[in-house]
Amino acid sequence: MSVVTTPSTSDPAVDFDTAPDRYRHWRLAVDGPVATLTLTVDPAGGIVPGYELKMNSYDLGVDIELYDAVQRLRFEHPGVKAVVITGGLERMFCAGANIRMLAQSSHAWKVNFCKFTNETRNGIEDASEHSGQVYLAALNGAAAGGGYELALACETIVLVDDGSSAVSLPEVPLLGVLPGTGGLTRVVDKRLVRRDRADVFATKTEGIRGETAVRWGLVDEAVPRGRFDERIAALAADAVARSSRPDGVAGVRLTPLRREVTADAITYPHVRATIDRTARRVDITVAGPAEGPPDDPGAQGVDYWPLAVTRALDDLILRLRTNEPELGTWVFRTRGDLDTVLAHDAALGGDGWFAGEVRHYWKRTLKRLDVTSRSLVAVVDPGSCFGGLLAELLWAADRQYMLDGVYEDVDADAEPADVVVTEANLGTYRMGNGLSRLESRFWGHPELLAAVPVGERLDARAAEELGLVTMALDDIDFDDELRIALEERASLSPDALTGMEASNRFVGPETVETKVFGRLTAWQNWIFVRPNASGPDGALRRFGTGQRADFDPKRV
Amino acid sequence: MATDPRTGPAPAPTGPLSAIDYSERIPNNVNLAGDRRLQRALESWQPKFLDWWKTLGPALPTQDVYLRTAIAVGRDGWAHFDHVPMTEYRWGIFLAERDPDRTIAFGTHQGEPAWQEVPGEYRAELQRLIVIQGDTEPASVEQQRVLGMTAPSIYDLRNLFQVNVEEGRHLWAMVYLLHAYFGREGREEAEQLLKRNSGDFDNPRILGAFNEATTDWLSFFMFTYFTDRDGKYQLGTLKESGFDPLARTCEFMLKEEAHHMFVGTTGVQRTVERTAELMATHGTDDIWRYGGIPLGVIQRYLNFHYSVSLDLFGSEQSTNAGNYYTSGLKGRWQEDRRRDDHVLIGQNRDMNVVRDGRIVPQEVPLLSALNLDLRDAYINDCSHGVKRWNKALESAGVDARLMLPHEGFNRRVGAYSRHHISPTGEVLAESGWDAARWLPTEDDRRGVAALMKPEYEYGKFASWIAPPPFGINDQPVEFDYVHLAEESLA
Repeated sequence: MSVVTTPSTSDPAVDFDTAPDRYRHWRLAVDGPVATLTLTVDPAGGIVPGYELKMNSYDLGVDIELYDAVQRLRFEHPGVKAVVITGGLERMFCAGANIRMLAQSSHAWKVNFCKFTNETRNGIEDASEHSGQVYLAALNGAAAGGGYELALACETIVLVDDGSSAVSLPEVPLLGVLPGTGGLTRVVDKRLVRRDRADVFATKTEGIRGETAVRWGLVDEAVPRGRFDERIAALAADAVARSSRPDGVAGVRLTPLRREVTADAITYPHVRATIDRTARRVDITVAGPAEGPPDDPGAQGVDYWPLAVTRALDDLILRLRTNEPELGTWVFRTRGDLDTVLAHDAALGGDGWFAGEVRHYWKRTLKRLDVTSRSLVAVVDPGSCFGGLLAELLWAADRQYMLDGVYEDVDADAEPADVVVTEANLGTYRMGNGLSRLESRFWGHPELLAAVPVGERLDARAAEELGLVTMALDDIDFDDELRIALEERASLSPDALTGMEASNRFVGPETVETKVFGRLTAWQNWIFVRPNASGPDGALRRFGTGQRADFDPKRV
Repeated sequence: MATDPRTGPAPAPTGPLSAIDYSERIPNNVNLAGDRRLQRALESWQPKFLDWWKTLGPALPTQDVYLRTAIAVGRDGWAHFDHVPMTEYRWGIFLAERDPDRTIAFGTHQGEPAWQEVPGEYRAELQRLIVIQGDTEPASVEQQRVLGMTAPSIYDLRNLFQVNVEEGRHLWAMVYLLHAYFGREGREEAEQLLKRNSGDFDNPRILGAFNEATTDWLSFFMFTYFTDRDGKYQLGTLKESGFDPLARTCEFMLKEEAHHMFVGTTGVQRTVERTAELMATHGTDDIWRYGGIPLGVIQRYLNFHYSVSLDLFGSEQSTNAGNYYTSGLKGRWQEDRRRDDHVLIGQNRDMNVVRDGRIVPQEVPLLSALNLDLRDAYINDCSHGVKRWNKALESAGVDARLMLPHEGFNRRVGAYSRHHISPTGEVLAESGWDAARWLPTEDDRRGVAALMKPEYEYGKFASWIAPPPFGINDQPVEFDYVHLAEESLA
């Protein structure tokens, strides 16, 4: 056996379906308004072979379960107001991402893994901030690297004060890479740790413990073991008292997704993706609702159209991102009745925890698109229904092509497509930069944003005039123009496109999220491919061999 | 000094005698007087240490104890005997003599001069090694604090206290390194060494085995034989360190450690001798009623302490151990006798793993398996004691024998930790695991505890243990090794 295997060229296909009764690594226990998520990683339960998940270290499989739990807590447990995350091993919270896993993984696998774990941590923060479901990190022992980063995503961090348990970010001194799930950013931008202390902290393999960790702001409290459980219970009770979540309401069960997968298509009840491998393209069509909004959306559960679309798209994005790295262009279309979509859009704006959860889930799913390293193109043509929540897909895309009129040769009597901007497009589904997609689109031009009429049907000319689409073309030019644009896109450097798109998508202010996905991820991905990390003598590859890295000392 | 024919002599001191400055509050051979800053730091630590000793050190009040004190590190100077009150024991700082030409013997720095200061790039690792080693020293004192109340003889009581004060001195040795070489953080760590306490729920000792109370003298002897022996092997690897002050400190500590081994080996041996005698005399295994400890109970104690001590070596495969080696921080046992390149890159060895219900060898990189390398040496060493104990059974005409259980038995750490392995090495299903047969039961412990009656009359021994053939330092067995305080005799 060789400890460091060569990076695999073909990564295994990943499935994101799971449920609490199938978890191997997490235990979800709900006790009235307080839920406890306990991490006890099964060392033999790696999602791919080749490493042991020792000391509560994790891989993608562990994090898929965490994501599932976080989602279920929001939908299935409206009564849960505080969530305690803790470790199930003696004096060990979590040792972070498994290093042997990282060392043996391809670059793409590492990047995707980090992206997914980042999104889950953002989701945890989203629950605390928007859903009244407050996360509390109960660090029963050491929290190293990704373990501490998981804690950083929680609202409150309590560390056991036993004279040895520490929080740490040992990536730089130990592995020659960065903490990959927002650790550096959250230490200075969220925990507001002074930058020189952050520098000391992130270069100190053994980390910081006890009172010093509290004084520096790395944790909120250090509590002796004898009072630990009691203190966590008290903090959870505080969070419960402050929560806006409802009492005595039934949750919505997230039943298994209905999904059909063939070699060239992935199909859900309202979403269908068709794969063209030669063109390296996926055509994704989202179907509008068959009926108007129900009186009681909760009664429809997972069949409630906005939720069904969101779940399907969420799953599709994850699968395509992880399993289909060569399909570089995603083309979005919608099909359905625009008025029915708008009726749903209006109803979804109402009160109630369930509508709120669906809105936030749609928001998070759109954010996944924003950070997806694929060229996104939206096509508006007859039969489409881009209005309100679905119109967000338009502006999540890098370009929008709208047919002016109809395809004369196909159906001369068809209705030309319109798009409709609603209130929901003005701030309900904010991007990671804190702005709506329209605000981002018109960044620096508030007058253009103000000129966009709300609630009106806008035809191709009007949409182009207002700057809501890239091009409005009539049917003589449309097909060729779109074909050529997509073929040209496919010929460009995938790396350069990823960088360019990510740069263009996030205008305006920086937030923790944009920093994590922008500068942190960019630096990390650069470091990952550098010989100092992943070369044969690099820190990541040498880790676990008993040899130290041999660095190229040149600063770049 | 007496030489026990069964254990052989303690290692002979070597090197020149070095003067120790006893006019200072902290005896030392490191020219403490020349470093005011370090001296002040240690002098502020000393009262905290004494507080700790008074609170968590031996609980039995004594006037004085016939103790060995190091007065020099060189030939003949390190074993000076006298009656001293324990709180006035001269805990000091002694390093083996420096070899000015010493070079690093292994790893990537092989052949470079040994470091006299901590290299910045290895600060964290060295500090961690020293803290973990340092944490075990006071831990065992805490674990054994009440044992004096049930000492089987004044001779054994003295041996217990000797082990205790030397563990205290070993703590001093580690604290010296932390103070002298690791700056403010080192001083903070030194404080933590006294704040963590064995078995303390809020502030436990770092390693699990050091949080178990030592409840009876059979446990104490087993602990001293098996667990202290782990300490000996850890010290042996640190003695090879490229960080010269650490190497020299550990080299000297190893000399003292020999006495601890002696206490464990002969303690178990004398227990077995007595058991064998009672078995032979009465023709039965059930010797509780004759005041002896049945051999089966001794075997179960052995099983427990041996398996827990194996866990202290950590996982068979360890990244840290490999890193420590490559970096020149921690060598192998008897590194200088190994005939290889002392770099180990590209070399492999076999380690046992459990696969499909069987224990099979698997080839792994040698560098990643250095914990296993050390554990193998330890296991080999442990087997000598068992042979010796079995000779006692043989001489008494008893057929039964003691055995070391399989390395996979009762393990919580490493390749066997998720499997049930019998003492003879069979992989068992959950249902085949029989803890009551193989590990000390409540009844065993109660039975042993019932025999733990103090015997404070000079030259007398409790019913369950044979007297030693010789006393300490050529003194007779009935020598007044310990003068108890009045209240202890009441």
